Formats: sequence, C-alpha cells, structure tokens
Amino acid sequence: MFRLMYTIRRFEVTMERAHLEGELYGPFHSSMGQEAVSAGVCSALRLDDVVASTHRGHGHAIAKGAVLGRICAELWGRSTGYCQGKGGSMHIVSMDHGFVGQSPIIGGSGLLATGAALAFDLNREERVAVAFMGDGAVGQGVFHESLNLAAIWRLPVVFVVENNGYAHSFRAEQMQVNPDIASRAAGFGIPGVVVDGIDVFAVREATRTAAARAREGGGPSLIEAKCYRWRGHNLGDAEHLYRAREEVEEARRNDPLERFRAATFDLIPPGVLEEIEAAAEEEIDEAVRFARQSPPPDPLTALEGSF
Amino acid sequence: MREAQADALSADDRVFIMGQELGEYGGVFRATEGLAERFGAHRVRDMPIAEQSMLGAGVGAAIMGMRPIVEVMFMDFIACGMDAIVNHAAKVGYMSGDQMRAPMVIRTQGGSGTHHGSQHSQTLESWFLHVPGLAVVVPFTPSDVKGLFKTSIRVDHPVLFVEHRALYRTRGAVSDPVEPIPLGKGVIRRRGDDVTVVGIGKSVGQAQIAARLLEEEGVSVEVIDLRTLVPLDVDLVLESLAHTHHLVVAHEAVERGGWAGELVSRVVAEGFDELDAPPLRAGSRPVPVPFAKELEAEMIADERLIAQRVRQALGMVEYAP
Repeated sequence: MFRLMYTIRRFEVTMERAHLEGELYGPFHSSMGQEAVSAGVCSALRLDDVVASTHRGHGHAIAKGAVLGRICAELWGRSTGYCQGKGGSMHIVSMDHGFVGQSPIIGGSGLLATGAALAFDLNREERVAVAFMGDGAVGQGVFHESLNLAAIWRLPVVFVVENNGYAHSFRAEQMQVNPDIASRAAGFGIPGVVVDGIDVFAVREATRTAAARAREGGGPSLIEAKCYRWRGHNLGDAEHLYRAREEVEEARRNDPLERFRAATFDLIPPGVLEEIEAAAEEEIDEAVRFARQSPPPDPLTALEGSF
Repeated sequence: MREAQADALSADDRVFIMGQELGEYGGVFRATEGLAERFGAHRVRDMPIAEQSMLGAGVGAAIMGMRPIVEVMFMDFIACGMDAIVNHAAKVGYMSGDQMRAPMVIRTQGGSGTHHGSQHSQTLESWFLHVPGLAVVVPFTPSDVKGLFKTSIRVDHPVLFVEHRALYRTRGAVSDPVEPIPLGKGVIRRRGDDVTVVGIGKSVGQAQIAARLLEEEGVSVEVIDLRTLVPLDVDLVLESLAHTHHLVVAHEAVERGGWAGELVSRVVAEGFDELDAPPLRAGSRPVPVPFAKELEAEMIADERLIAQRVRQALGMVEYAP
C-alpha cells in the first residue's frame, strides 16, 4: 500500500511538472493528498473487481493496477496510451485491470459501477464494482438514483465518496444543509460509514467490510472517506479566491504517507520504505521515458471507432 | 415488438430488458407482455422511474458484456436520460480506444395523434444524429420492426430504436423467422417517376397516402423508407433522384433542425446536377404539440402537407413555408 501511495504521489508531482513545463496539455486534476483512499480501497479488491472513477482518477487507475507507462503515454496523447490518445487524463481505461473508466460527468461513475454490478448479478459472478465519487457528486440526481437502484436490487456496489473538502471551489456545507454524506445511506436503507481518508488502513478495512458484504449478496454500501485536496480543482485553478494558503498548509501536515510511516514505524525495518520509494521513482522515470519515446497517434485513427 | 424482444431473449443470454411497467404489467404498450413470466423477472426488470439510472446502468452492464434493452416509455422522457446516452453510451467505446463497447438498444416511442399534449407527443430522433456513436433506427412495417431489431440487438454499438405510437396497430405480414435487416439500407416502398418522397416510420405511410392523392392529379410519386437515420442511405435517394429529379423529405419532427435538413444538404452536395428544383422539407411547425385536435392538425406534418410540398417541388403551386 505504501508503494501505491508513494507512486501516486510521485506520479502527480511528475505530471504536474510536465504540465508546468509545457510538455503536457489539457486539463489536469491532481489527487495529491488523497492517495490513501485510492490505495486503501483498491488494495481491498480482487483483480476481477471493477472500479469506475472520476475526473480526478490517476490514483484510482494506478491503485487498480493499470500500467504506469500506458497511463503516462495517454496523458502525453501518444499511440501507446491506454486509449491511443483518444481519452487523455480524464478518460483512462484499462479493462485488463478492471479499471472500467473515468466519468468526468459528475456522478457518472455511480451509474457505470451500478450497471457493471447488475451484469455481475445477472451472471451470478461474485464480483464487486466500486464507484469513486467526489463530494460534489452528492448534488447530482444520479448519485441518488444509483444508490437507490443498487439498493433495491441489492447489487454488489461499493460507493466511495472522497470528501476532499471542495467541489471545485465550494465546500460541502455551502451546497448541502446536511454535509454528513455518509448519513445519506440511511435514506436508501444501506450501510453508510465515515472513514478517515488519510488513514490507509482504515480505508482498506472499511472497503473490505463493504466488499465482503457486497460479494455475499448483502447489497451496496456507502463509504465517505474524509480527506483533503492538496491542489486546486485543476492545474491553474484560482485557489486564492476561495481558500487561504494557511488552510492548505495546515491540512498538508496530515499527510497520508507520513501517517503510514508513523503507524508502521516499529514494524518496518529501516531502509525498506526508502527502497520502495527508489523503485517507485524508477518506475515513474521509465513510464515517462516510454511516453516520450512513443509516437503520436496516426491522425487518421481519429476517424476510426465511431460513426 | 414483443416477438422481436422474445426472440432476442431466447437467442442470447446476455440480453435483458429494463424499464417501467414491464413485468407483471406487460409494458404500457404491451411490448413485454408475458416475457417476465417466460424469461424471469431478472431478465425483464421493472425499475424505478429514473431515466438517467436506467440508461446509465444499461451502459455499465453493456461494457461488462451484457446486451441490455432499455425501454424509455415516452420519447419525451429521454431528455431525463440524455447524459447516459450522449456522454456515456455513445462515447465509451471510442474514448477507451476500443477497449470496451456499449452494445445496447434504447427502445422508445413517440409522436402525435393520441392527444397526450406537449410533453408526451414529441418526435426527437433528430437530436441523436448529431451525436457520433449512436445508430438511429425508425421502423415502419411490422416485418421491419423484427428485422431491424434483430440486427440492432446484435451490433456492438448502442442503437436508438424509435417506434411511433400510432403504428402499434399496423397490420402486415411477418415472415418466420425474419431475416435481419442491415442498418443503413433504405427501401423503395412505391415506384414513381416525377418526385421522390423520403420518410421514416409513420411518415412513410403518410407519404404513401399522399402518393395516392397525387396520382389522381397525374403525379407519379416514388416513396423511399430510409429505415435508419444513422447510418443514412443517401445513395438510395440519389439513385431515385436520377430519374425523378425532385425531392421532398418528410418527417413528423419539427422541420427546423430536423434530420431532413441533413439529408437535403447531403443530396445538394452530392447530387446537385440531378435536381431540377430546390428540394423541400415537409416537417411540423415550430411549436409544441398542442392538445386540441384542431390545433394539433394545424401544426403536425401529415399527408396533406407532404402532398402540398410535392406540388410545390414540382412547381404546380408556389412554395410557401
């Protein structure tokens, strides 16, 4: 899990730099600060379980096992990317790893996961579908529709709301009289739990419980993982208009990676985490090299695959 | 339609149906009557009145290898589920670099004539021509319903299957088993020499009535049923124009922004030399469909308007929009 979290952190840092240096183009939504949610949830799943994600989905893709080089190449818009340059940062898909896509249409992941779970149910497969969503998704009708549908059909879905404090510039309490998102589960007759999204072990445990329940036919659950979005909504976001630098600095003191180090200080021999870090750095370097060296897509492929 | 769906459920375990009032109720237009009993409530699924989740869950199931049929009770309600169709169903295959497909049939029915008022009478298939990735099928005859549906449930992309309420009582021979009809192949319903009238669904029947009216005036009308709007069989229209040299495109949808504009544009670009006169459209007037029958008759495109447009296209009377 540390490897996953560290990889996600360094991936976001590296991609952000590549954006700022003008090498990458298009929107960029960093998941820095939310690594424990991605790693905790996905490490509680099986390879054949599926994950549907959001616009802020790099961490989810990495944690579900998608290959870094092919993610990078997609961000670079290269032919070797997962979607051969047709997707980009907000549309990574790796069907081989059960990463069934990101929906940057807020709340869309809930429907993809609910539908996937319906397929599992019809085929009597003991697989689980996870929908990552942000706190902003709670305002969407589809959030409620998908929770209700999954509940009445007892579908194997785990809805994970990453409450990172902001829906773009709005805090949850500005847009919801009841900002306690997990409590919404009661309205659909399903379990709803709040978990510290900075604590990877807590996230994993909550997901294990929800996934086991789903796999055994117990139906969906809602997990609200409270975390904090370290970066703006997107790269170039005018953050100063809605939050103070001090608030961000304060929140960053609660770092999921540091929390992991502290929790495992007595358990992991010295040097082990440093080795993991070095290996992750190398993997990212290699992924970036792969993306840079990959050819751009043949322009004519733009016209293939639709009608 | 019921037989077509039963055949699909029999032929392929991946097929299931979801929508409102389908199971015990049998569908508000009886299109699923007896199917839940025969195939089980898990494959003919009743669900909450929630178009977005109905269509969105359809996409989610389709990308995992299922072949859902999603019934949207009235075409007007499709507006509530547009995100699932436009942003998800139509695009997930392309955006994923073909790693996934969304094979699903979205069945709906629309149109006027039953005095349901403005929010239950629209003809909206033109919206979907504008979104790459969706096939749009509009059957006219009972036989075509089955033949086109057989293909629609087999193809690897989403299909919008639009029925007209007024056609549910149409009688017609249906072969058993029916052959699948390829999407994008129109058919000539009536041979004629002076003008080509192109329609889909109910408009084809109206064009045939108009043709009989015009026959008495000495006008020979060729009627083409396109059967699908995406793909669009422009070639068949061009072939017909090679001997008629006059074109009227008829649809019940509002004329402004309707698919007739697309077809006319293609014909003008690709077959301008065949045209002896400007091609005309016979579509409904740009107002919501009203309740009272006198009001509805005034704005809906019908056989009288089609006949009038033919006269205008042939220069028998002066054109007036």
